[in-house]
Amino acid sequence: MDLIVNIVLGIIVAATPLVFASIGELVVEKSGVLNLGVEGMMIIGAIAGFAGTIETGSFMVGILAAIIAGAAVALLFAVLTQTLLANQVATGLALTLFGLGLAALIGQSYSGKSAPDFPKLNIPGLTDLPIIGPLIFGQDGLVYLSFALVAGVAWVLTRTRTGLIIRAIGENHDAAHAIGYPVVAYRYATLLFGGACAGLGGAYLSIVQTPLWVENMTAGRGWIALALVVFAAWRPWRSLLGAYLFGGITIIQLHSQALGLQVEPQILAMLPYLATIIVLVLISYDKAKARLNAPANLGKTFFAST
Amino acid sequence: MLKIEPRKEPSRVMLYATPFLAVLFTIVAGFILFSLLDKNPATATYLIFISPLTSLYTITELLVKATPLILIAIGLAVGFRAGVWNIGAEGQFTMGALAGGAMALALYEVEGLWVLPLVCLAGALGGMAWAAIPAFLRTRLNTNEILVSLMLVYVATLLLGMLVHGPLRDPDGFNFPESRLFHDAATLPALVAGTRAHVGFLVAIIAVIVAWILLRSHMIGFQIKVVGQAPRAARFAGFSSPRIVWFCFMISGALAGLAGIFEATGPVGQLVPALPVGYGFTAIIVAFLGRLHPLGILAGGLLLALTYIGGEAAQISMSLPSATVQVFQGMLLFFLLATDILVNYRVSWIASGRRPAKTALQQPAE
Repeated sequence: MDLIVNIVLGIIVAATPLVFASIGELVVEKSGVLNLGVEGMMIIGAIAGFAGTIETGSFMVGILAAIIAGAAVALLFAVLTQTLLANQVATGLALTLFGLGLAALIGQSYSGKSAPDFPKLNIPGLTDLPIIGPLIFGQDGLVYLSFALVAGVAWVLTRTRTGLIIRAIGENHDAAHAIGYPVVAYRYATLLFGGACAGLGGAYLSIVQTPLWVENMTAGRGWIALALVVFAAWRPWRSLLGAYLFGGITIIQLHSQALGLQVEPQILAMLPYLATIIVLVLISYDKAKARLNAPANLGKTFFAST
Repeated sequence: MLKIEPRKEPSRVMLYATPFLAVLFTIVAGFILFSLLDKNPATATYLIFISPLTSLYTITELLVKATPLILIAIGLAVGFRAGVWNIGAEGQFTMGALAGGAMALALYEVEGLWVLPLVCLAGALGGMAWAAIPAFLRTRLNTNEILVSLMLVYVATLLLGMLVHGPLRDPDGFNFPESRLFHDAATLPALVAGTRAHVGFLVAIIAVIVAWILLRSHMIGFQIKVVGQAPRAARFAGFSSPRIVWFCFMISGALAGLAGIFEATGPVGQLVPALPVGYGFTAIIVAFLGRLHPLGILAGGLLLALTYIGGEAAQISMSLPSATVQVFQGMLLFFLLATDILVNYRVSWIASGRRPAKTALQQPAE
């Protein structure tokens, strides 16, 4: 029983960065922008969060630094693609390459250091309950925040006027512009939100999960988060489900010996990447359905001629 | 306020001027970056951009780095022109090295002039096989090739690590995760005796010329352009989109695979887990910097190779972090994309809140 609780705890820790990164990107894509730079924003968030925590000794400052840093590099993407009308695919790749380099540059003096233990919720009585105690009442604050964020995004997108405008812009930016919605302003806002979320996801990696700084520590999680948005068919709760599924696949590696698996470690390390491919195939082989789910103007450049 | 008007036709002047503009901006931004890092910006810039050109040895090293960049970028550019986003060239590079390297090890101590071509062929096929996965999934199962090709990079790297830890490990290597050194018949001959520059560079030049002719004069070049710029028109014209996707992936896979096996049988001389060092990603920057044009890519490849060699020099003599080069390369692509707007749009500043016509009238007569 302890093993199962441990595995579930491991899944939560592995899934949370993906939850943050994918819910942010989901909002961005709902507004019709494809930001392929999630990996870059995550790694920037990871180093900003780690450096902020180490320098000040405060997790709050670290997390805030990660959010701001993630949003700052997303702003770069926004200026390039929204104001300077650059190709979104190329700009996203540039953001990833730049982010990985910049994070390595900043991180050089931080390698080898480790962050203090991140505090977890502890409610006397409740947290001590068997099984559900540690699972439901014993997580760190960011895990609860990640759930709240998904719920919040789901609510905003489907139940509010703001969400309706975001979706309208993502489906048809010319029509939305004609009605008078400020397309570019909304896209700036969603991009900043996406960057902040990716930064937060990165920070979770470097100050809660590992907790230390390693170059290229995101190891493709930003790309997996992008795939999760496709998997989720752009629905918030499904992205959460997807993140937990991937969290599960990731931690098979850690528990393979306890589970009695006799496989090369590299094969196990390949699993999340292979699973991503399989999931993408399953979700998109039905062409008509795949097109129905994706925001119609995803990745298209918007230029207001009037 | 920034005023942006679309041009009727892309500006040819800007098309060729913006890469230079981007390099200039990158150097300026580099000055700021070095100042922030407390390093002498002038010295660092000299070390990175000029010093590699001052000795024969560093010039040959330049060719070593430029070879994979040019080969891969040529393949990628063909795809990018058609809207086929193969960004997993790094994985195809690794698989090329792995397949060719395995062939070289299987033919260990076999002599013959045919050994090296066979090894290179295996490398190209390895890259093509890896590129076939996203090509198949995109054409048959409608799966996004960006994510699939990228995921396969990680898989390829892990596969290389696994095999050099296992079956391909040097039997006399004290359990180090490395293969044997390839023997002479499976080693690329040097271009300049005593240096690491190898004949792979000549192959890269040939690739540039062939791609130039293909894209300029051959039907397939025209089809690629139409599929990329006007997919609907391509459908009406009867150009097979799946065929173009396959063509692009096979070309880029083969060239990336070749680049991989050249790297393994040339400067490295064996299979090691650290063989993929990011050429597949840097080549994306090269392709864009070269405007997806083979001749531009030749120049772009040499320039990016310069930053590698110069970056190493700056690393050693100024103790600059190794990631500086990566930041430089990222900035270069950013500036290139930013200045791209000048090609298709006319950009001008106008005073905010006033109409341009009125500002002339409102000039106060002070």
